[in-house]
Amino acid sequence: MTETRDEIGLEAGGGVRKKFMFVNRKAPYGTIYALEGLEVVLISAAFDQDVSLAFLDDGVYQLVKGQQTKGLEVKNFSPTYRALEGYDVEKLYVEREALEARGIREDQLLVPVQVVSAREMGQLMEQQDVIIGF
Amino acid sequence: MNFGLLINEGPYNHQAADTAYQFARAALAKGHRVQRVFFYNDGVNNASKLTEPPQDDRHIVNRWSKLAQESGVDLVVCVAAGLRRGLVEDNLAPGFRISGLGQLVESGIEADRLVVFGD
Repeated sequence: MTETRDEIGLEAGGGVRKKFMFVNRKAPYGTIYALEGLEVVLISAAFDQDVSLAFLDDGVYQLVKGQQTKGLEVKNFSPTYRALEGYDVEKLYVEREALEARGIREDQLLVPVQVVSAREMGQLMEQQDVIIGF
Repeated sequence: MNFGLLINEGPYNHQAADTAYQFARAALAKGHRVQRVFFYNDGVNNASKLTEPPQDDRHIVNRWSKLAQESGVDLVVCVAAGLRRGLVEDNLAPGFRISGLGQLVESGIEADRLVVFGD
């Protein structure tokens, strides 16, 4: 860390811009984590923070094209990932190992992403101020 | 140091709420500040005053209320997550308040560390 939080001079809503990373590790359906996690992402964007998203483990399924949820009787919220760009949330990192282990190709994802190795993902995490995992 | 806490799991069902509570107590005992505890996902159930565990068990909800009373820790329940689960103002235990997700993001901005307790 190059600077302490004191040097940043934090004040409530005082124009402080931190690096927030939201780490998505769970499948989109079956539990509510992905959906409620996405709600936090949208709010954080409204706070003008430097927001990025990471997708690991089963979290990579959140970005797969062609989700059909009718039979589950739950809302297909995957179009929201397409809307993130409009919130200036454009840094989406997907772990290569997680894709490969599940036989998912990058062209099967519904938004442009940066595919990174687990090691690179670790380095990205190291650069963050706040990491929230769901 | 100034800590913000996020709790994403319900009481009794998961260790997260217990660990978060122990963390808050330990941090305060060491002279740190706990700026806010934010309850999200099933974590909102930590705030239900209807909770009645067996007498020989810890009372997770009352424990939070006591912490707020003694140390002035700000206990915030997410309004949207609460509504989904039937947790509203009427069944809120003492020391908790209901507010929006902005309070969580603000905690991330203001605290030196935001510590997440979840699955």
